[in-house]
Amino acid sequence: MSRALRLPRLTFWRATFLLLVGAALYATYLRFFHGLGASTHLTDQFPWGLWIGFDVLCGVGLAAGGFTLAATVHIFNLKRYEPIVRPAILTAFLGYVLVVAALLFDLGRPYRIWHPLVMWNPHSVMFEVGWCVTLYTTVLSLEFAPVVFEKLRWRLPLRLLKVVMIPLVIAGVLLSTLHQSSLGSLYLIVPHKLHPLWYTPLLPIFFFFSAVMVGLAMTIFESWHSSKAFGRHIELPLLRRLARVLAVLLAAFLAMRFLDLARRGALHHLAGPGSEKYFFLLETALFAAPMLLLFQSRVRASPRALYFSAVLAIFGFVTNRLNVSVTGMEAASGAHYVPKWTEVVVTLAIVALGFAVFYVAARYLPVFESEESVHEAVGAAAEGERIVLRGA
Amino acid sequence: MSSKAILFDGTQCIGCRSCEDACCKKWGLEYDEAVASDERLSERKLTTVVTRGEHYARRLCRHCADPACVSVCPVGAFTKTDLGPVVYDEGRCMGCRYCMLACPFQVPAYEWSKALPRVRKCDMCAERLRAGLPTACSEACPTGATVSGDREKLIEEARRRLAENPKAYDGRIYGLSEVGGTSVLMLSAEPLAHFGFPANLPQEPLPPLTGRVLSFVPDVVGVGAVLLGGIYWITHRREEVAAAERGAGARRENHE
Repeated sequence: MSRALRLPRLTFWRATFLLLVGAALYATYLRFFHGLGASTHLTDQFPWGLWIGFDVLCGVGLAAGGFTLAATVHIFNLKRYEPIVRPAILTAFLGYVLVVAALLFDLGRPYRIWHPLVMWNPHSVMFEVGWCVTLYTTVLSLEFAPVVFEKLRWRLPLRLLKVVMIPLVIAGVLLSTLHQSSLGSLYLIVPHKLHPLWYTPLLPIFFFFSAVMVGLAMTIFESWHSSKAFGRHIELPLLRRLARVLAVLLAAFLAMRFLDLARRGALHHLAGPGSEKYFFLLETALFAAPMLLLFQSRVRASPRALYFSAVLAIFGFVTNRLNVSVTGMEAASGAHYVPKWTEVVVTLAIVALGFAVFYVAARYLPVFESEESVHEAVGAAAEGERIVLRGA
Repeated sequence: MSSKAILFDGTQCIGCRSCEDACCKKWGLEYDEAVASDERLSERKLTTVVTRGEHYARRLCRHCADPACVSVCPVGAFTKTDLGPVVYDEGRCMGCRYCMLACPFQVPAYEWSKALPRVRKCDMCAERLRAGLPTACSEACPTGATVSGDREKLIEEARRRLAENPKAYDGRIYGLSEVGGTSVLMLSAEPLAHFGFPANLPQEPLPPLTGRVLSFVPDVVGVGAVLLGGIYWITHRREEVAAAERGAGARRENHE
């Protein structure tokens, strides 16, 4: 019997995905045909909402694993991390493309997104961010290109890229350092608007530091998910080391945060009026919990506990960035901002799209290609250290 | 020509809103009861009278001497002109709204209802000033509460009023030094903070806060490139040396 044409099975997640895409398409229609007023809860008092606070500020940070791991392997020559570089670069590349997509929703006149490239204002942090993000997205596409070329067996471009790869990686690290910190610098101009629990001259340093932190957490996050999705081995020894670094970074970040608050005499805001302190405590708890967990070798030995801790750290990071961009800005603006459903749906759809494209790319391109070769080379000796996650 | 300014004296204002009306006419905006009763700046009016009991204040772009909007705009859509007005070039604007976030006085408004929106704000009637005319709002003011002219002369005038009638005012000339000084000066019977104006503004300009950080960019690039290149060289050189030594060792063993 010939095989009948079969539709893909409609699982719960696929149904959710379809519903989300449908809602996002309608939201997109509202945004581009009826304007920002009809599609957001933004006002003159509160001009930046979820699309900037989450999609851009968090999106760029969550993609920081790309430059961190590229530097670790290619500059610092720590070869053992090689198997997780490609997925990290793929995450970063997708992350930046999606940030730009979100920006097209948020900009009042998205077709002018190229303006900063020709109409210069070097005094503007946003100008610097625009240039860095443009250049770094190009760098990321070149860092990821070998994966595509390998699949297509294009030898010449592969060889050419190999020649320029180290300068590219260095450029990528520099560009990332600049714009990851500059996202924090954006808020240096509003000392009178941003709540003292978050406004500090150290904002650029905190943004850079937390991006490196969450980049590591994202690497653990995506390793766990791809090992589940593709039934791969999880690189547990590697992730364990990353987790230890993450724990140290989390501790250092919290220490810097509180020292800075103390130095600025802002600690009393933790007892003062207003709801900001609760959001600050939530953020702090979401950083402190994974730190305490990951300092225990028992936790680091379990893929599930590792994953859970990484997720906590990611939530801590997201809370921190939303606190800077939303919570901390509300009181001075005199407006209360809650995103409209359209903003939420577009954001969720962009995240879902990220997952979907990552899955497809990882499935059809040699993203985890090193897996087999490393596996063969290392052989049975390392078998004991690797833990197989099947289905689960 | 010397730098121009607007002087608003709240004690002389009667809340007639002629300034709002004149401003809307100038910008081609419809002015009706609904617009008049909303005491917020918006795409529908670029200046507004703010009422607090018997007292009045005015909201409009303050035309800072060193404006945050000019410094933050990634495409240079804002310019501080020599004459004083801060003007906006809608042809450059991509709608990132960083100017709205950065403005210490919450002035720039956005055309939220339009598919191709612009930022809207008072331009201090830059063209009229250049032609030697007063701003539309000062021309329309029936009591002389709003006047325009040379900034230096208006500061003198404000000082004279404070000295002659100290009891009528709260004693401050708003705009003299806030965020480094503005081209709109205000006198008021009670602190402007009572009208909902920000009370915590620094006396220094805001742009250096981001400018200082941006000045590190060339250093980060230069030092960073050398540092990373150096680390690369060291980490890979070590490997090469180790490989070479292994090779040499193996050859020696073969000889023996």
